Amino acid sequence: MNSIARSENQALARTVLELDVNNHPGVMSHVVGLFSRRAYNVEGILCMPVGSGDTSRIWLLVNEDERLDQMVKQVEKLEDVLAVRRHGAQHEVFVRLEEFFL
Amino acid sequence: MPKQPRETLTGAQIVVRLLERQGVRTLAGIPGGAILPIYDALSKSELIHHVLARHEQGGGFIAQGMARATGLPAVCMASSGPGATNLLTAIADAKLDSIPLVAITGQVPRAMIGTDAFQQVDTYGLSIPITKHNFLVNAAVDLLEIIPRAFRIAASGRPGPVLVDIPKDVQNQLVEVAEWPAPGGAEQVPPPAAAAVERAAAMINAAARPILYLGGGVVHSGASGLAVAFAEKCRLPTVMTLMALGAMPVDHPISLGMLGMHGARCTNLALDECDLLIAVGARFDDRATGKVAGFCPQAQIIHIDIDPSELDKIKTAHVGIAGDVRTVLEMLLPALAVVERGDWLARVASLKAAQPLRTPGIDDPRTPYGLIRAVADCLDDAATITTDVGQHQMWVAQAYPLRRPRQWLTSGGLGTMGFGMPAAIGAALAEPERTVVCFTGDGSILMNVQELVTAAEENVNVKIVLMNNSSLGLVFQQQTMFYGERIYASKFKGMPDFVRVAEGFGVAAIDLDQEVEPLAALARALSTPGPMLIHASIAMHEQVLPMVPPGAANKEMIGG
Repeated sequence: MNSIARSENQALARTVLELDVNNHPGVMSHVVGLFSRRAYNVEGILCMPVGSGDTSRIWLLVNEDERLDQMVKQVEKLEDVLAVRRHGAQHEVFVRLEEFFL
Repeated sequence: MPKQPRETLTGAQIVVRLLERQGVRTLAGIPGGAILPIYDALSKSELIHHVLARHEQGGGFIAQGMARATGLPAVCMASSGPGATNLLTAIADAKLDSIPLVAITGQVPRAMIGTDAFQQVDTYGLSIPITKHNFLVNAAVDLLEIIPRAFRIAASGRPGPVLVDIPKDVQNQLVEVAEWPAPGGAEQVPPPAAAAVERAAAMINAAARPILYLGGGVVHSGASGLAVAFAEKCRLPTVMTLMALGAMPVDHPISLGMLGMHGARCTNLALDECDLLIAVGARFDDRATGKVAGFCPQAQIIHIDIDPSELDKIKTAHVGIAGDVRTVLEMLLPALAVVERGDWLARVASLKAAQPLRTPGIDDPRTPYGLIRAVADCLDDAATITTDVGQHQMWVAQAYPLRRPRQWLTSGGLGTMGFGMPAAIGAALAEPERTVVCFTGDGSILMNVQELVTAAEENVNVKIVLMNNSSLGLVFQQQTMFYGERIYASKFKGMPDFVRVAEGFGVAAIDLDQEVEPLAALARALSTPGPMLIHASIAMHEQVLPMVPPGAANKEMIGG
């Protein structure tokens, strides 16, 4: 990414999406495929199993754009997505990870 | 339920038993190495008739024909690798038109997945964007949950295709089955929001120039009768998408027929003037709306759809109602006032009188409209009509008197040439009492021509009306209209002898060009049981009109 694109990118508002999903191979492909096939970049992805490991939580950091509402509806339609929650960019899940990306 | 005795079965036997328990009696497919265990188990089924397609895409469309004719999930099968990739077009087509389909593919044994093994391809990965959901089965015991679930997903809410990829070793795995799961069926959809339905009723009652816009969801929901009652009660001029044709009889006094790119002038002009658009089970496809900003520019919008993600996707609705359109219409109808709307109906009537659909040559069976009319005159509403894709499809959509939901089976969203003939075979297998007519073109027929032998083998009552203009007609038309008449790669230089082609595949054929009395010959052909190809030449320069240029607003239509 060149510096102009980076600064433009940072100017966009961000949203953090929190997804509860079933934990088996292919679920991440279903989720991120919805974004990539619309040429909608996912800026950050974090995923870990929850509890017994039957389910996982996926955190996505995405740019807010006019397609976001449609994206959330599409994500909600996936069979393996159990719940979707939206947070503002200030959500600390990615903020606290930043030290690993210095 | 009394407990059955425990049985030890292979994964393949479990698949077959579960399909039987789902009520599947006919399925289409082609065997190959990685699905042979399932075919071995299938050979012992006394309930399921397997239709051997000659190309997996043909098998997929045969299944689609069954599903479209009945509304119930239908099954197609293919082996791994090329079997699966050949099936993808038929699956994508089902996704775009919301058709319930369960595709079962064989896969190489689990240990060989990812090793570039023979006939191995990532079927699961390839099918993600074109299925409603898909599965890669990891253990035979999981089939007991996955197969019923595949049917449930395919049939529930907005229908769609589901793919189940089953590695060969999983097909051979032994499982002790103590109890069979219940068959998977459509689940209840959450009820619509009552407040939104009330707001919609108030808007409809207050509207001066409303139009009802019906989409394929009305057919899927079995709500055609309710939609007609709704239109009649509220005196709503009604337009239909390509997928909704037949939901309201096209010759109903209040019908304006198909809207959009090849809709009649009066239809698109009425939409341009409406003050309220009531979209029911429709998704504002670009072929229906033209340039979205220019679509119904004066109208408020009520949008009713079973899929919440369709609401506000293309056009922001003033009232969006997520729910089964049948349920919503049942709630809505009692809340609606009988309003006469004399001025608006008079205006629509005058548009219809001044700028109707023009069907030149309709009395001459050697023209496109005339041939379509002549076929319709030989049949009643019990006949099922399928099409391929192109000019013939649009002419039939415009001019065939479709009067019954599920009478009309066409590839709308994906627009797949090669759909029509195998889909007709499937429709005829599902409803053998009907005559099924497939309108096709000389371009489309060749894309799945191998299924002629399947039609002969199954002796299905399918009449293929081949409108031969020696070209890819809609490409030819667009090059003529929008590319300075630079005709390139759309005129065929070589032309098969289609009568001999059909006869070579074992299908009887006639050539209307050679008949002194074409109408009588057509009537004889259509009333002869079994498959038949009816060849008719039409002029290359014939155009589908009106036509909205791609990207233009609907009111900027050309011709007609």
